[in-house]
Amino acid sequence: MRWIKISLGLAVIGIIGFFTVRELLMDPMYFFELFLGGLTRGSIYALIALGYTMVYGIIQLINFAHGEIYMIGAMTALIVASVLGMWGWNTAVIAILAFVFAIVYSCAYGFTVEKIAYKPLRNAPRLSALISAIGMSLFLQNYVMLAQTPDYLPFKSLIPDFKFWEPFAHIITSVEITIIITTVIVMILLGLLIKFTRIGKAMRATAQDKVMAALLGINVNNVISATFVVGSATAAIGGVLIACHVGQINFYIGFLAGLKAFIAAVLGGIGSIPGAVLGSLVLGISESYFTGYFYSEYEDVFAFTILVIILIFRPSGILGKHDTQKV
Amino acid sequence: MAIKNQIKQSLIIAFWFMILTFPIMVIKVNTIQNTIDFRWANLLWVGIVTFFASMVWNYFLRRNEAQKKKEIDDDIPLIHRLLQNDRFRRPFLGVVAAFFLAYPFVFPMYHTSIMISALVYVMLGLGLNIVVGLAGLLDLGYVAFYAVGAYAYALLNLHFGLSFWVVLPMSALLGTLFGVMLGYPVLRLRGDYLAIVTLGFGEIIRIVLENWDTFSNGPRGIADIPPPTFFGHYFDQHDTMIYIYFIVTGLVLMTIFFVNRLENSKIGRAWIALRDDEIACQAMGIDKFKTKLTAFALGATWAAMGGVVFAAKTSYINPMSFTIWESITILCVVVIGGMGSAIGVIAGALVLILLPEYLRAVSEYRMLVFGALQVIVMVFKPDGLIKSVRKVYTFNVQEKAIHEQTHT
Amino acid sequence: MKAFFKVVAVAVFSMVVFAAPGFAADTVKVANAGALSGDLAPYGISALRGVEMAVEDINAKGGILGKKVELLAGDDVCKPEVAVNVATKLVSDGAQMVVGHVCSGATIAANKIYKDANIILISSSATNDDLTLSGEHPNFFRTISNDGAQADLMTDFAKNELKVKKVALIHDKGDYGKGQMELAKAEFDKMGGVDIVLFEGVTTGAMDYTAIVQKIKRSDAELVMWGGYHSDASKIIQMLKKKRVDTLFMGADGIYGDNLPNLAGKYAEGVYATGPNDTSSNPMHQALTKEHQKKYGEDPGTFFITGYTAMQSLATAAEKAGTVDYDAMRAAMFEITVDSPMGQIGFDEKGDIVGAGFSVYRVMDGKYQQVN
Repeated sequence: MRWIKISLGLAVIGIIGFFTVRELLMDPMYFFELFLGGLTRGSIYALIALGYTMVYGIIQLINFAHGEIYMIGAMTALIVASVLGMWGWNTAVIAILAFVFAIVYSCAYGFTVEKIAYKPLRNAPRLSALISAIGMSLFLQNYVMLAQTPDYLPFKSLIPDFKFWEPFAHIITSVEITIIITTVIVMILLGLLIKFTRIGKAMRATAQDKVMAALLGINVNNVISATFVVGSATAAIGGVLIACHVGQINFYIGFLAGLKAFIAAVLGGIGSIPGAVLGSLVLGISESYFTGYFYSEYEDVFAFTILVIILIFRPSGILGKHDTQKV
Repeated sequence: MAIKNQIKQSLIIAFWFMILTFPIMVIKVNTIQNTIDFRWANLLWVGIVTFFASMVWNYFLRRNEAQKKKEIDDDIPLIHRLLQNDRFRRPFLGVVAAFFLAYPFVFPMYHTSIMISALVYVMLGLGLNIVVGLAGLLDLGYVAFYAVGAYAYALLNLHFGLSFWVVLPMSALLGTLFGVMLGYPVLRLRGDYLAIVTLGFGEIIRIVLENWDTFSNGPRGIADIPPPTFFGHYFDQHDTMIYIYFIVTGLVLMTIFFVNRLENSKIGRAWIALRDDEIACQAMGIDKFKTKLTAFALGATWAAMGGVVFAAKTSYINPMSFTIWESITILCVVVIGGMGSAIGVIAGALVLILLPEYLRAVSEYRMLVFGALQVIVMVFKPDGLIKSVRKVYTFNVQEKAIHEQTHT
Repeated sequence: MKAFFKVVAVAVFSMVVFAAPGFAADTVKVANAGALSGDLAPYGISALRGVEMAVEDINAKGGILGKKVELLAGDDVCKPEVAVNVATKLVSDGAQMVVGHVCSGATIAANKIYKDANIILISSSATNDDLTLSGEHPNFFRTISNDGAQADLMTDFAKNELKVKKVALIHDKGDYGKGQMELAKAEFDKMGGVDIVLFEGVTTGAMDYTAIVQKIKRSDAELVMWGGYHSDASKIIQMLKKKRVDTLFMGADGIYGDNLPNLAGKYAEGVYATGPNDTSSNPMHQALTKEHQKKYGEDPGTFFITGYTAMQSLATAAEKAGTVDYDAMRAAMFEITVDSPMGQIGFDEKGDIVGAGFSVYRVMDGKYQQVN
C-alpha cells in the first residue's frame, strides 16, 4: 500500500511540475495573472473558511448557516451604503460605515443563531446540530428573500478604482489588490487575537478540552459565543469584499461560497486556523489554474478531486492534527 | 415574580430582534430609482412575534430540561411500546394496510403522486439509515447513487429498450457496485472528512452527467422515459400512477423487511457496534473496513432502486434533480425521523416530503416555515421524532434463582 | 382503541376536505406554474405577476365567457420532478388551462400530465426547440420565440454586422444556456468564416469568474457570446471591463430586459442581446409597466409582458371558441390574433408565436436600444 501511495504521489507531482514549468515558460504573464486571480479567490475562501474552522475546532459542528452570515453581511452593507448614498454622504465615510455595520450585524446574527439553534443542542447527537444548522440556513435564505427581494441587486463597489493603479489594472484590479491586502491584515490580527489575548487563550483551551477549560474557570458558553462572533466578523468582511469584486448580490450567494469555503477548511485540516488559510489558497489557486489551462466545466470536479487525493494521503487535511484514537 | 422576570427577558429579546432585523426587514432600497422605503410596520410585527415566540420557546425549553432531569432510561416512544403490545399491533397494522391499500382509490391523483414521492423517500431514507443511522458514517453524497439508478433506467431503456422490471434488479447491482467503487478509497477517512468527500463524489457525478453530452444528453436531460409495464401492457396516465404507487409500496415493504432483518443480523450488530465504538469493535475481531464497505454498498443499492422508480414516475430526468440539496433532504429525513429507527425514518419521510406539499397553501413562506420547523424539531426532539430503541435483554433474577435451585 | 379510530377518522376526513377541489362552476380556473422559490425565482415571479395582472384586467372586464377567472399558483422550483407533482396538483385542483412552466426542462416533464388531461399549456418563457418543433406537445403554445430562431439571428448578426472573426462561446451549463450555445456553434460551423476559439461552460452562481475572463483574454476573441441568464452575465461583463479586456459581448433573451443594465450599471454599455421585438412604445406595454411600478415599487421582470400576453391569449381563445373545452380551445388558438402589449400576435401550427420575432439590441445610456 505504501509504495503505491509514494509512486502515485511522485507521478502526480511530476506531471504537475512538468506542466507548470512548460506553461510558465510559454506564457509567463498568463501564468502570473491566473495566480493572482486564484489568490484573490483563495483570500475570500479563507475569510469564510476561518469561521467554519474555528467553530468546528470548538464544538465540532459544521456550521451550515455560516454562508448565510456572509450573505447577510453583504446585504447589510448594501442597504447601509445605498441609504447613506441617497442621503448624499461622503463616499469614504459610506465605505467605512458600510463595513462597520456589515461586521456588527453579521456578528449579531452569528451570535443569535448560535443561541437559538446550537446552544440547546450542545449535548445532543452531533447530527442533530447539523440538521438544525441546515434548517437555520434555509430559514435565513428565505428570510432575506422575502424581506428584501428574490432578484439580484447591483452592488456599487465601495472601493474606488485607484488612479495610480491604472497601469496595472489589466493585471489585477484595485479591488482585487484590496482583497488580498485586507485578508493578510485580518489574518495577522486574528493570529494576534488567538495567540495573545485572554479570549484567544480561552478559545484555544476550550478547543483542546471543554471540560478542563470549564474547570479552570473559563466560561465555555461565552467562549463559544465569542468564536461565533469572530467567525462571523471575518465572513462579513469577505462578503462585502466579494460583493465589491463581482458587483452584485442576492439571497443565494451564501450557499455556494460557504460550500467551497468549507471544502477549503477540510482540505487544510478542519479545526486548524493556518490550515484553513492554506487550504483556501490551495483551492483558489488550483481552481484558477485548472480553468485557465483545462476546462472550466470541470472546475468543481477538479476541486473535489484535489480534496480526495489530499485526504487519501493525509486523512486529516494538510495541516490537520492526526490524532491517534485513544480508548 | 418568575413570570415578571420572564416577561422582562422576553421584552429584551424582542428588542434585540427588532434591532437585529431592522436593516433587512424595515429598509428596502431601490437602487435603480433611488428610493428608500421604510416599512415601520414590520418592526412592530417583529417585536410582537418575537416577544410571544420567546415566551413559548423558553417555556418549552424549561419544560424539556425539567423532563430530562426526571427522565429514567426507559422512555421508549409510544409507538414502539404500542407495537410491542400484541393486542394492539395486529389491528394497528391492519388499519395501516387498509389505509395504504385504499389510498390511491380514495384520493385524487395529485395525492397519489406526492405519496409516491414520499414513499420513494422512505426507501431512500431507509437506505441512508443503514449508512448513517446504523453504521454511523455521515454520507452527504447519497444522491449520487440515486442518480446512478435513475440514469441507468433512462439510458438502458433509451439505448437497449430494457423495461422497468429488467432494469430494477440491474440497477440494484449497479448501485452496489458504485457503492463499493466509491467507498473503497475513502472509507478509511473518519467522521466529517468522510462527509465532505462523499459530498464531493455526489457533486462529481452530477457535474459529469451535466457535461458529458454524448453519454447523458447533458443538461437537456432524457425525456419520455416509459412507465413500468404490467406483463408488457401499459396503463393510461391515471392507472399508471396507481400502479407505480403499488410498486413503490411493495418495494418499501421489501425494504422494511430487509432492513429489519439486517439490523438484527450479525452484520447489523457489527454496524451498531462500529458506530458506538470503533476501537472496541475492532478489538472484538470485527473487520472494520469490510463492515463499513457493506453498509455503504447496501445503502447505495436502495438509492439506485429508488432512482429507477423516480425516473419511471417523472418520465423526465436531468442533472438538476440530483443536486446536493437532495442529499441534504434525505439526511434530514433520517435525522428528523430518528436515526437508526425504521419507523422514525418512515415518519420522517412522510412528514418532510408531504409537509412542503401541503404547505403550498402558504407557498411563498413554505421554505421559511420548513427551515424553522427543522430547527424547532431538532431543539426539542434532538433524537428525532421517533427515536430508535435498542433491544434490551432483561436479566430475570427469579428465573435465575429457580434455575440454580434445580441444579443444586 | 376508540380514541385512536377517532383520530384516524378525523385525519382521513380532514385530508379529504383538504384535497377536495372546490367544484364551483361559476369560475374559470387558470393555473400558473413556475419557479417561485430557489435561485430562478425572479423569472418565475416576473411571469406570475404578468399573469396576475392579466387576470385582474380580465376580471375587471367581466371575466372569460362571463365567468370570473380564478388563479391557482404552483411552485416547481424549476425542477422536473417537482413540476410533475405541481402539474398533477393543478389538474386535481381543477385547472382548466395552465400558464407555465418557466424552465424548459420542467415544462417538458410537466406537459405529460397536461397532455393526458387535455389541458392547454402556454408558456411565457420556455424556449426549448423540442417543445414545439418535435410535434410531441400538441397542447403546448408559447408567447416567446424558440431558441433556434434566436441562434440564427445572433450568429448572422455577429458575422455580417459585427464582422467578427473569432468568437468565444461561454454558457452556464444549464439546459437553456448550453442549448443556445450549441445551436450557435452549429450555425457558425455551417456558415464558416468565423473561428470558435473557446467553447466553455461555467458554474452558475460561482463566486467569481476571473479565471475564465483571463482565458477569454488570452484567446483573443473579438466577441464573447453568452448562453445563460443575466446574473452570471453581469459578473462576466464587469470582470471583462475591469480587466480591460477589449471584446464585444452578446447574449440571447436571457440577458435581455432591464435586469442586465440595472445590475451591471455602467459596465453594461455596449452589450448586445437578442430579445423579443421591442414593444415598449406600445401604449399597453407602457401602461402595464406603470401599473407594475405602482403595485410593487419596482420595474417589471423579464417575463412580465410575455406572461401577461400568455394569459390574454388564453382568454381570447376561450372567448373565440365560446367554451373552455380542449378541442375547441386548441382550434381557436391557431385562429386568434391578440391585441397584446407585444403588439398583434398569433400562433403558428406548431404552437410558436407569430408576430413577435427577435431583434438585436445594444445597451446605450443604460437601456437596450434596437440596432438592426
